[in-house]
Amino acid sequence: MTIKAIQDEIIDEFSMFEDWEERYQYMIDLGKTLPLIDSQYKTEDNIIKGCQSKVWVHAEMKDDKVVFTADSDAIITKGIIAILIRVFSNQHPKDIIDADTSFIDDIGLKEHLSPTRANGLVSMIKQIKMYAIAYQTQLS
Amino acid sequence: MFNVETIRKDFPILSRKVNGKPLVYFDNAATSQTPQQVIDVIVDYYSNYNANIHRGVHSLSQEATDKYEQARHKIQNHFNAKFAHEIIFTSGTTHGINLVANGFSSILKDGDEVIVSALEHHSNIVPWQMLCERTGAILKVIPMNQEGELVISEYDKLLSNKTKLVFVNHISNALGTINPIENIITKAHNVGAAVLIDGAQASPHIKADVQKLDVDFYVVSAHKMCGPTGVGILYGKEEWLNKLPPYQGGGEMIAEVTFEKTTYATLPHKFEAGTPNICGGIAFGAALDYMNAIGFENIAKYEHELLEYGTQKLSEIEGLKIYGTAKHKTSVISFNLEGIHPYDVGTILDKMGIAVRTGHHCAQPIMDFYKIPGTVRASFAFYNTKQEIDALVEGVKKAKLMLS
Repeated sequence: MTIKAIQDEIIDEFSMFEDWEERYQYMIDLGKTLPLIDSQYKTEDNIIKGCQSKVWVHAEMKDDKVVFTADSDAIITKGIIAILIRVFSNQHPKDIIDADTSFIDDIGLKEHLSPTRANGLVSMIKQIKMYAIAYQTQLS
Repeated sequence: MFNVETIRKDFPILSRKVNGKPLVYFDNAATSQTPQQVIDVIVDYYSNYNANIHRGVHSLSQEATDKYEQARHKIQNHFNAKFAHEIIFTSGTTHGINLVANGFSSILKDGDEVIVSALEHHSNIVPWQMLCERTGAILKVIPMNQEGELVISEYDKLLSNKTKLVFVNHISNALGTINPIENIITKAHNVGAAVLIDGAQASPHIKADVQKLDVDFYVVSAHKMCGPTGVGILYGKEEWLNKLPPYQGGGEMIAEVTFEKTTYATLPHKFEAGTPNICGGIAFGAALDYMNAIGFENIAKYEHELLEYGTQKLSEIEGLKIYGTAKHKTSVISFNLEGIHPYDVGTILDKMGIAVRTGHHCAQPIMDFYKIPGTVRASFAFYNTKQEIDALVEGVKKAKLMLS
């Protein structure tokens, strides 16, 4: 699936929620269930320090696609990470570089991606794009 | 007569909604809200007599200067300073601390010792670490106990004739502990050390009498006590302020300037380089008028009721742990739900219109002591109500249900 198609799918899913509670409960459940990163990658090198919650991101290349795994110590942050991974993992570097993230607004989670939120998510998206740029350079 | 419903009408922001819910503002330790009486003073300043101060011969400048200096006198009276020129306007507590730390650069020598407490805000740690790096002085730390109180017997052991300076907060921002500063000051003076008290958290709750305390420096921010942001004061004893070199150079702080030599202005102007926050200073004075009209004894008594009520209600929630259970504390409740990150709790509360602080509260050493990433901090002001605490308790219960 393309990044755009996955984003549309997520927007569709979120449109079924009636209020913030359902949206947040969904993210919290996502955060609880998904094993997001191998513990060996939860290293200081992979950490993105938000002021409040920590985020770990690991990337590797498999068959010309970038595979991301990540984690957070806060569960709502982790739920959003799960969504971001669903969108960006297993994609070609160029597609990741070109992708926009406005779908986050569409699913009502805009406030979590404010640069002042200090939860590490903005840096995480930056990091995802940086990895994609690095891998793209290797490919070309 | 203290009537919270009447008081609440003074604060326009308290009637707004956040995320569709009535705002419950429990982040008062970060910044307090502003009453209409202070907002009016700000509007009046810019509407009627905005001008640069101290030098203009024109009427507006004179009016602005008079009001600004009146504010200095109000602040002097409030803190019972001996002289108005012992009140230095700053941009806030952090500025005041840096001003003093900078001044001590030329006083401290290699091997001198300075003492900080384990309960400090980063603002009352980092400037002194920088001072130690510059001078070779050694930083010692008064430890804390599980209740969040300073261990004074350990402080006694740290004091010696090498001690030159002690800097402690009056009240901890993260836990609300009221520190025994009278005792700390007396003991420091006994070994000849100067004392700076960070009064940022105490000033909205306790009226400090700097002469009675015999403190050398006391720093506060206006925005913690119903005033605007970007303004505060440093109180310093005249003899100390005369001893310390100027902090920043510029206009206002000079007596005479030639390219060969500049002589500095007398106190307080020596430390007030540049055009100050004139409107902010005047509004700070108005904020003190406002709080004094309500009365600090009334405020303390009411806030203590809120603290007891909140502590009792929150403690009833299973799995909730309160950090900071000092015998003497102000209306701050720092807590966590077992196994749940404070950021998550704060996010859910925000959705319900409840503003709390989450994180390490710029006091990482305290969080390290408890081995936690941070806490949820609810801090109450005199305009909060028990009904709002009930809303918080319901919010925390809901957060617990959703997150566990």
